[in-house]
Amino acid sequence: MSLEGAIATQRFGLGARPGEIARASANPKAWLLAQIAGPAPQPPAPPDGFATAGRLVSEEEEYKAEKVKNKPAKAARQEAEAKGESVPPKPPKDNIRKEIWFAEMGARMALGCTTDKPFAERLVRFWSNHFTVSTAKRKVMTFAGSYEREAIRPHIAGSFEDMLFAVCMHPAMQIYLDNWHSIGPNSPAAQKGGGKKGLNENLGRELMELYSLGVDGGYSQADVIAMAKLLTGWGIYDGRPSGFGFNEARHEPGEIVLRGKTYPAGWDGSVAAIKDLAHDPATAHHIATKFATHFIADDPPKESVARLEKVFNDTRGDLHALSETVVKDANAWHPELRKFRPPVEYVTATLRAAGWNGDGENRDKQMRRLLGAVRVMGEVPFAAPSPKGWDDNADAWAGSDALLDRIEWAKQFAQGLPDANAARLAEDGLGPLLTPNTKSVLAKAGSKSEAVALLLASPEFQRR
Amino acid sequence: MTTRRSILKHMAAATALSVWDAPLRYAFASVNTERRLVVVILRGALDGLAAVPPHGDPDYAPMRAQLALDKNGSAANLHDLDGFFGLNPGFTNLKAMYDAKEVVLFHNICSPYRERSHFEGQNCLESGGTSPHALNDGWLNRALQPMGMADGVSAVAIEQTPPLLLSGKAKATSWMPEVMPEPDAAFLAKVRALYANDTVLASSLDMGLTLQNQAQAMNDDPNAKSGKFKASYGNLTPLFQGAGKLLGHAGGPRVAVLDASGWDTHVAEGAADGQLARRLQALDQALEALKTSLGPAWKKTAVVMATEFGRTVRPNGNGGTDHGTGGAAFLLGGAVDGGKVKADWVGLKPAVLKDGRDQPVKTDLRALFKGVLADHMGVSRTALDSTVFPDSGAIAPMTGLVKA
Repeated sequence: MSLEGAIATQRFGLGARPGEIARASANPKAWLLAQIAGPAPQPPAPPDGFATAGRLVSEEEEYKAEKVKNKPAKAARQEAEAKGESVPPKPPKDNIRKEIWFAEMGARMALGCTTDKPFAERLVRFWSNHFTVSTAKRKVMTFAGSYEREAIRPHIAGSFEDMLFAVCMHPAMQIYLDNWHSIGPNSPAAQKGGGKKGLNENLGRELMELYSLGVDGGYSQADVIAMAKLLTGWGIYDGRPSGFGFNEARHEPGEIVLRGKTYPAGWDGSVAAIKDLAHDPATAHHIATKFATHFIADDPPKESVARLEKVFNDTRGDLHALSETVVKDANAWHPELRKFRPPVEYVTATLRAAGWNGDGENRDKQMRRLLGAVRVMGEVPFAAPSPKGWDDNADAWAGSDALLDRIEWAKQFAQGLPDANAARLAEDGLGPLLTPNTKSVLAKAGSKSEAVALLLASPEFQRR
Repeated sequence: MTTRRSILKHMAAATALSVWDAPLRYAFASVNTERRLVVVILRGALDGLAAVPPHGDPDYAPMRAQLALDKNGSAANLHDLDGFFGLNPGFTNLKAMYDAKEVVLFHNICSPYRERSHFEGQNCLESGGTSPHALNDGWLNRALQPMGMADGVSAVAIEQTPPLLLSGKAKATSWMPEVMPEPDAAFLAKVRALYANDTVLASSLDMGLTLQNQAQAMNDDPNAKSGKFKASYGNLTPLFQGAGKLLGHAGGPRVAVLDASGWDTHVAEGAADGQLARRLQALDQALEALKTSLGPAWKKTAVVMATEFGRTVRPNGNGGTDHGTGGAAFLLGGAVDGGKVKADWVGLKPAVLKDGRDQPVKTDLRALFKGVLADHMGVSRTALDSTVFPDSGAIAPMTGLVKA
C-alpha cells in the first residue's frame, strides 16, 4: 500500500473499501483514469427498472388529476367536520413522489457505498451539485433521480456543452427554475392569454450566473431578460421519453440580442446562445475554479485553476480532459488532507470502509436510515437550499453543531457493528493515512465499539 | 443516559487529566450587558409590498394586480396600521406588537447592492460591504469586539454553522436544538484528544460542547428531554424558541443570528391566503415564540430582520414576482421605540421605480444596522464608520429606534 494509493481513494474517491488502497497503489493515476474510460455506472435499478423522465411527466399528470378528482371529497370532509357531522373517511394518501424519491436516492446512496469506480461517482456528484435541482420545489422529488441518470451521468467524461443542453432540457430543471411556465411576452400564447402570463427570469439568470459564466462573467439585467426570452417555449412534453418539448407558440418571436450578439429567431437562436455560453472563456474560468476547489483545496492554487481553465478552453469543454488534468496535477497529491467531507461523503466513506455490500433485504431500510442521518448533519441529496447547490468548503460543514451531530452518529453507528475491529477498519479505510495521534487514542478506547466510533470521528476519517 | 449538563462536571474532572484545553473555560458570567440583539436574515428576497403593503397608495392595487391585499375586503385580508401602510394578514402577532409600540417598519430600504443575484445580495447584506465579496467577514462579527462580545460564547448562530454575518476574526459559535442522543463525556474527551493536531475541529468541538451545555442547563421544558424538541426543517418556531431560551438566560449569549429562508416567490405568490402569506404566518408565530421564550429579557431585546433585496412591483407571468431592489425591513422588541413606519415614500408610479420595475431605495440598510448597534448596543460612531461598516462615514446611524 502506498501513500499515493491511499490519497487516490480519498481525495478522488469516496473512501476506500477493503482492498481498494492496495489496488490503487500499483498506479494511482491510471487506477483513477481507468474509471472514466467507459460509461459512468448507473445505480442498481429496482426489478421493474427506473422510470424515464417522460414516464415521470405522465405520472405527475396522473397525480395531479387524482388530486383534482379528490378535491370535492376533501371539501365535503371539511364541511362535515365544521358542522360536527360524521366525517367520511380519507382516501389512502398518495405517496408516489416519496416512493420514487426513496427508491432513487436509496439506489444512489447504495451505489456510492459499493461502486468500484468511486472517481466516476464523485464526478457525477460534483456535476449534479453544480447543476443543482432541489426538492425545495416538491415536484423535483419525482424527477431528481432521473435527472442525474439521464442528464449528468452520460456526460461526466463527455462534453460540457452536451451536459449543459441535457440539463436545460430535463423536466427536473424546467420545473425547478420555473422555465416551463415562462412565456414570451410577444408570443402567440401570450396574446391568446390576454397578456396574463409572461416571462420568468429564473432559469435565464441562473444559467448564466451559476451554471456557465459565473456571477462576474459579464452579463447585465438586460441579458438575463434576453436569456429568459431565448428559453421561452422550452418546456415539458407529456408523451416523449425525454419529457422535453419545444413549443413555438410560447417562444418569444424575432431576433434576440444577448451580450451584444444577435441570435436568430426560434429554436436555432436559443441553441446557438446556449452553445456560446458553454464555450465562453468566463465559463472556463468559473468551472475550473469550482473543479479545483472540489478536488484540491477550499482555496486552490491559482496555477492549478489556470491549468484547468486552459484545458477547458483548448478542448472546448472536454470533461475527460478536465478530469485528467486535475488527476495529473501535483497540487492534488499533497499529503495534507485539506478538504472536509460533507455529510453524504462522510457516511458513504464509513460504509465503504466497513465493506458493506449493498445486499440483503434490509438495503432499502438501511439507506433510508442513512438519508435520515445526513439530513440531521445538514445535507440531503438534491435538497440544497438554493440553486447555488451545497457549499464546497469546510466552513459550511465543520460548524460546532454539525460536528457534534457527526460524532454522535459515529457512536451510534459503531454500536451497530459489535464485531467490527477498529484496527482492521483503519487498515482498510485509511491505510497509511492513519496518524500516530489517532492510533494512540484508539489504543486507549474502552471497548471495541468505542474504538470504531473514535476512528470514525478522527480528523483523517472526516477529511480527504 | 448522560446529559450534556453532567458533561460539564466530567469536563472539570477531565481538566485534571489535561485532556481539555483552555477554550472550555466557562465564560458566561462575564457578560457585560443586559441588552440582547437578534438578527434574522430573510434569505431569498422577501416581497416588501406583500409583507408591508402600502394599501393607501392609489397605485398599489393596480400595480400589484392579483397580488394586491384588499383593505376593503374582510378584516382577514390586511392588518391596517395607519390608513396607508398595513401588515400582511399572516402577521397577527407582529400587529399586536406594533400596537404595543414595539415595532418599527422600514420601506424603500436595501443594502448598497444594486444587481439582482441572491448570492451577491446576501453577501453584501451579511458582509456589510458595498460590493459583493469586497469583505470576507460579517459586519456583526466585526461589531463583536466593540460590543465586548468576542469571547466565542456571547454571540451564537442558531444554525449548524455560523453564516457569513457572524463569521470572521472574532469568535462566535453555533447551536441547534437537540436532535440526536448524546454520547457520554468520557467518549467526548477522547474525541477531543483526536483533534489535538486539528485546530479547526478542536475549536469547533469545544465551542459546541460549551454552548450545548448551557442550553441543557437552562432547559426546563419537559418536551426537550424526551427528544420532542427537534429542529424541524421548514418549521421556524423551535429555532426561534431555542434562541429565546438561550438569550433569556442570565448568563447566556447576548447576540443571536437566525435564518429564515423561502421567500423567493417567482411563482404563485398569492395574496391574503397564498403561499407567501402562509410563510409569513410561520415567521410571525416564530417571532411570538421568541418573545415568549425570552421572558422578561424581551424588554431588553431588539430584533432586526432584513432581506437581500426586494422584488418587482408588478407580478410576473406566473403570479409571482422577480428579483427587485428596494424592499421592507423590520425592527421589533421590547427595547424598541416603535409604532411607526419609516419609508420616505415616493409612490409606485412607473416613473419613480428603479428601471421602471423595482421599488427605489431611499434608505441604506446600513443606517438601520448602525442605528441599532449605536443606540442599543453602545457601539461608537468611530467603530461603526471604520471597522464595522468600513468607509461608511457618509451613512449616518438612524436615531430614535430604541428606548432610552
